[in-house]
Amino acid sequence: MTMAEGDLALTQLAFVRKASIAPRPPPSKMVGPVAWLRNNLFSTPFNITLTITMALLLAWAIPELVRFLLLDAVWSGSDRDACLESVQHREIGACWPFVWERLPYFIYGSYPISERWRVDVFFVLLAVGIAWLLWPGAPRRDLGILYFFLVMPISSFVLLTGWAAIGLQPVDTVLWGGVLVTIVVASVGIVCSLPIGIVLALGRRSRMPAVRLLSVIFIEFVRGVPLVTVLFMAGVMLPLFVPEQLSPDKLVRALVGIAMFASAYMAEVVRAGLQAIPKGQFEGAMAIGLGYGQMMRLIVLPQALRVTLPNIVNTYIGLFKDTTLVFIVGIFDLLRTIEVARIDPKWATPVTSTTGYVVAAIFYLVFCYGMSRYARAMELRLAKGDRH
Amino acid sequence: MSGELSANSRPARVAYYNDPKVRSIAYQALLCAIVAFLIYGAATNAIENLARARIASGFGFWNATAGFDISQTLIEYSPRASTYGRAFWVGLLNTLLVSAIGIVLATILGFIVGISRLSRNWLLARIAGGYVEIIRNTPLLLQLLFWYNAVLKALPGLRDSLVVPGGLYLNNRGLYLPKPLLETGSGLVGLGFTVGILGAIALYLWARRRQERTGQQTPVFWLSVGLVIVAPLLIFAAAGFPIAFEYPQAGRFNITGGIEILPEFAALLFGLSIYTAAFIAEVVRAGILAVSHGQTEAAFSLGLRPGPTLRLIVVPQAMRVIIPPLTSQYLNLTKNSSLAVAIGYPDLVQVFTGTVLNQTGQAVEVVAITMLVYLVISLFTSLLMNIYNSRMALVER
Repeated sequence: MTMAEGDLALTQLAFVRKASIAPRPPPSKMVGPVAWLRNNLFSTPFNITLTITMALLLAWAIPELVRFLLLDAVWSGSDRDACLESVQHREIGACWPFVWERLPYFIYGSYPISERWRVDVFFVLLAVGIAWLLWPGAPRRDLGILYFFLVMPISSFVLLTGWAAIGLQPVDTVLWGGVLVTIVVASVGIVCSLPIGIVLALGRRSRMPAVRLLSVIFIEFVRGVPLVTVLFMAGVMLPLFVPEQLSPDKLVRALVGIAMFASAYMAEVVRAGLQAIPKGQFEGAMAIGLGYGQMMRLIVLPQALRVTLPNIVNTYIGLFKDTTLVFIVGIFDLLRTIEVARIDPKWATPVTSTTGYVVAAIFYLVFCYGMSRYARAMELRLAKGDRH
Repeated sequence: MSGELSANSRPARVAYYNDPKVRSIAYQALLCAIVAFLIYGAATNAIENLARARIASGFGFWNATAGFDISQTLIEYSPRASTYGRAFWVGLLNTLLVSAIGIVLATILGFIVGISRLSRNWLLARIAGGYVEIIRNTPLLLQLLFWYNAVLKALPGLRDSLVVPGGLYLNNRGLYLPKPLLETGSGLVGLGFTVGILGAIALYLWARRRQERTGQQTPVFWLSVGLVIVAPLLIFAAAGFPIAFEYPQAGRFNITGGIEILPEFAALLFGLSIYTAAFIAEVVRAGILAVSHGQTEAAFSLGLRPGPTLRLIVVPQAMRVIIPPLTSQYLNLTKNSSLAVAIGYPDLVQVFTGTVLNQTGQAVEVVAITMLVYLVISLFTSLLMNIYNSRMALVER
């Protein structure tokens, strides 16, 4: 027997499995719902305690919420008696007929009933503008920008305040209220803050000392004080600073305050975006002979604004919540109309306040949460573009 | 030949209106002129309008008698004898009080929620996430009104006060607590406490130097607890418990004695702390996530246990990311305390920009002073922040 034969014999003798064994499923302790529970809820004694505490908290809070909002809630009625415990002889939850009856007031304030279609048209105009700008696949977004920052504000102004020459009866801003005012204040802040903020941010990065100094003073001053004091300033000092016959009405004063405040915050957001643009972009733009305006408009700002878009939307969320502060200077925004309605003797009950606040909370939650989801989606979209 | 050369090397002449330097000066001069014109116009209009409305100007009102009452005063104040200046200080102290307590509460709650959001416990992380989303997406003013009108004002009235054994009364006029009265000998306790804190600091410094020199560790934490808490308690017991309580007494129309916590104060404190905590939670979460996982793994592979890893590796690096936005949240809380005006807590804005402005009509002075106060607070905080940042900044090659 030669060596080669022996080797062959060995190989033949050796048992080698030709096919691999099918993998067995992992033990039930490691996968599946039980393992998930073990890993995520009951891994250590401390975790078990936490889970039980949280479960107890939920077991208390959720039935309480359902009971208040649905089971014990009052669904019909014409005045406070429907929502009074002493009249109904049962536990009373939310008082929905109050909201139902006051809904037009919450939306339009005291806007004349015959003219309320104008407010509806304004809402539609605004919705079209927002959809045009926010939907990335929309056609002609450049026209959308023109529409949102120029056409829509002017036409809305004419529509809401009225213009006798074209047959729209003038409506004093004192009558405006509710969601209308909240949306008007928010959109004025949104529409004004971006252009003014861009100018201020460019001013702050300018090489001209006087421009830089004035921008820094404005931005740091406004960011250093609370919005309430800015509104007070706009409310009580603005009328002093203009000739008596030009004295702006209350709503305009508040709008000036909001626009100033939002612009200063927007300036810092835009500045952060500008700082993220590499120097080569500026140098490249100058090297091909673009002037300052062209460089900013065509090269730098489009990139800077895209980078900082999520932050811009976050600033808008803050602004949307801050619009409630006009309440303090006596303007009838949504929160103020709810404050007025909840103490109205026709509906004043122990549950009216909470019901009103729940409605306001849902309104703000829907808008702000929607905006923050959008910001998050844009962030992901942009991150996708950065990946090569 | 040489003359030609020098003529060529001279820079090309540009028209003066195309010279960037001239243009820049012209733009700035124009801007300054416009701003100066606006200020001049505003000032002349203001003088004219004030004169027409017969409103005095200047700061003479500062020493005039205020004549209005303030519901919460930390310093001596009486409506008849005190001046507007005194009212200003009362308001400012109330602002600082609610901000300081709010900052402490918001920090504690914010860190708990922020860490909970990163917890491996699914339920806890979800609840913390829900808290952050709901609180961050509703306006602070709405939350304040909710706490004040729907929760605290809905408490039972004076007659049906909730009484907690131990002398606590809770009703829709506020929370009444027993007031501790210090008797002779309590000064010693305070002294012992101060000495304890100084001792603990000295001990910490000594222990660190010892560890750096010899590698031996000292149980600093437990020794500090002994110095700061146990020692003063022993002195307290030795002095024969020199403390008495003044209990609130329920009368027919009001409750006298004790410490009174106004519902306005409580609502503002709850609202501010809960709102700011949601933002702090996000700051904390981002800070912890910013420390790369490799740091933890490296610490483990060096043989550090989870506790020291967290304390010596993760937290110091996370704090570098956390502290700057945390400070701006503190600043936001202080500025947001001005919403007190909506629920009637006597803070700086409510007292000064509200009542004093209405009584004197001197809008320019009053609003300017109020803004100046907040500006000083903001600038002072940013100054501290910059010092801290330059000390903590990553030292790179």
